[in-house]
Amino acid sequence: MNKNINIKNLIIDKPLKLDCGQTINNFPLAYETYGSLNEKKDNAILVFHALTGDQFVSGINPITKKDGWWSYAVGSGKAIDTDKYFVICANVIGGCLGSFGPSNTNSGTNKIYGTTFPVITINDMVNAQYNLLEFLKIEKLFAVMGGSMGGMQVLQFVSNFPDKAKIAIPIACTSSHSAQNIAFNELGRQSIMADSNWLNGDYANQNKNPDKGLSVARMAAHITYLSKNGLQEKFGRKLQERDDLKFSFDADFQIESYLRHQGSVFVDRFDANSYLYITRAMDYFDLTKEYNGNLSQAFETTKTKFLIISFTSDWLYPTSENKEIVIALNAIGADVAFVEIESDKGHDSFLLDVPEFLNTLKNYINNSYLKN
Amino acid sequence: MKQEFKIISEFIEKNTRVLDVGCGDGTLMEFLQNNKEIDIRGIEISKENSQKCVSKGLTVIEGDAEKDLTQFPDSSFDFVILSQTLQAFLNPEIVIQELLRVGKKAIVTVPNFGFWKVRLHLLAKGTMPITKNLPDEWYNTPNLHMCTIKDFYKFCNERGIKLDKALALHNEKTSTINEVNLNIKNLSAELGIFLLEK
Repeated sequence: MNKNINIKNLIIDKPLKLDCGQTINNFPLAYETYGSLNEKKDNAILVFHALTGDQFVSGINPITKKDGWWSYAVGSGKAIDTDKYFVICANVIGGCLGSFGPSNTNSGTNKIYGTTFPVITINDMVNAQYNLLEFLKIEKLFAVMGGSMGGMQVLQFVSNFPDKAKIAIPIACTSSHSAQNIAFNELGRQSIMADSNWLNGDYANQNKNPDKGLSVARMAAHITYLSKNGLQEKFGRKLQERDDLKFSFDADFQIESYLRHQGSVFVDRFDANSYLYITRAMDYFDLTKEYNGNLSQAFETTKTKFLIISFTSDWLYPTSENKEIVIALNAIGADVAFVEIESDKGHDSFLLDVPEFLNTLKNYINNSYLKN
Repeated sequence: MKQEFKIISEFIEKNTRVLDVGCGDGTLMEFLQNNKEIDIRGIEISKENSQKCVSKGLTVIEGDAEKDLTQFPDSSFDFVILSQTLQAFLNPEIVIQELLRVGKKAIVTVPNFGFWKVRLHLLAKGTMPITKNLPDEWYNTPNLHMCTIKDFYKFCNERGIKLDKALALHNEKTSTINEVNLNIKNLSAELGIFLLEK
């Protein structure tokens, strides 16, 4: 992994008891902020990232040198306007961009943790990030928001801290990871573990990297982020820099070449063990079960105003699962708005230039802020 | 129909919870929010309108009232509003039942198919009436179940639904509808506004 370039770190000295039973101490939480906190301290937005995201929401990511993962939505004059709002995003624990994760060195053994790192959950991620509020001296956030795993963190955050955010926007997510979600994650994990360089998770100590396994995991996952129509429209059966089929197993089709590219650039920026840990955290996420089968109870005491957004072509976290959250909130009379945005870009819609989504998000945020 | 909004607003008491079913682009919701201290929610079937509402910061869920009202608990609202939408449902009877389950009271406004201009249009031209309140052609109208003020009045009576208030609206002027003047109001009013209670 790239060494610390411009990475802000908060060392959390308060012990954090993880769901797995272990307690972690003095661990780093890497974060980034955009814009500035106003005098009233009422304009802070905590953004949670998805599986392979990081703290670099907007601007140029100093590690990848590419645009931040939510550049379409966050920035000056954008839906989440950094001229108005103070945007905070942290790398989740278990991640690999500066926060405490399996690629860190265990000070006890002087070895890189690998799979000796404790299994973490969405709840652990959220509890770790909560420390940022105290550190930044923010009594109450204006908003918490995020898509996919970021949305799960939003739900967990409001459930854990019912009076800490004025509005909450979980996007394209679920309150409970489905069998299909778990199945795809397991496919990715098995692909990593099947790579002979994975070495039971000890690869980093032996100067190896399970690139192939991680790359296949990314390729498989990437398909789940797109829609069939989106793929068909973008790639169809178009051939990759050739006039005819080559009767070989080269990347004849553009879609093959595209996926291979996605896989290969991913291994440069992501740690394979982090991929295992974070997908596990998603699979373990079941807020409904946490509240004995009644999701409504997770939000019973909250005054937070919700906006839930789903996308028509998202089959990974379909509208029906997003609506379950809406239903649970309506059952207790919570303040919940919901829209399903028309898009053929699949689950990835929330990351892309989908004007109806971005406009709705922008206006909802701005109008909700005015109603402060 | 500003007058309609005003009357609806007069029906609604302060500090109550209100649900606007088929809230369109949120015009009524905004009007009520600005004029009353109420907690108002909406449900709207059209994507475009739902997005317009949410963009205004209104608490609106995109959904089909015929299916999605089931998620609201009994008596979870003090008032449920159905403004000129009843005729667009597949099954208005079930919708009315749902309104009165979810809300302690329901405000229903009905474009009156018995209005004399409507009758005259059909009588004289022999084609489906097109008026200010009914601007669509027969083949593209969203209205599946047009009714008259008299029809709706009878509908409520037959089901034991209490009409706390029944008003006729014509040219921005309102008058009370009762058993005695029902036939006249059914001819002279463009819109019926009713406050229903179980």
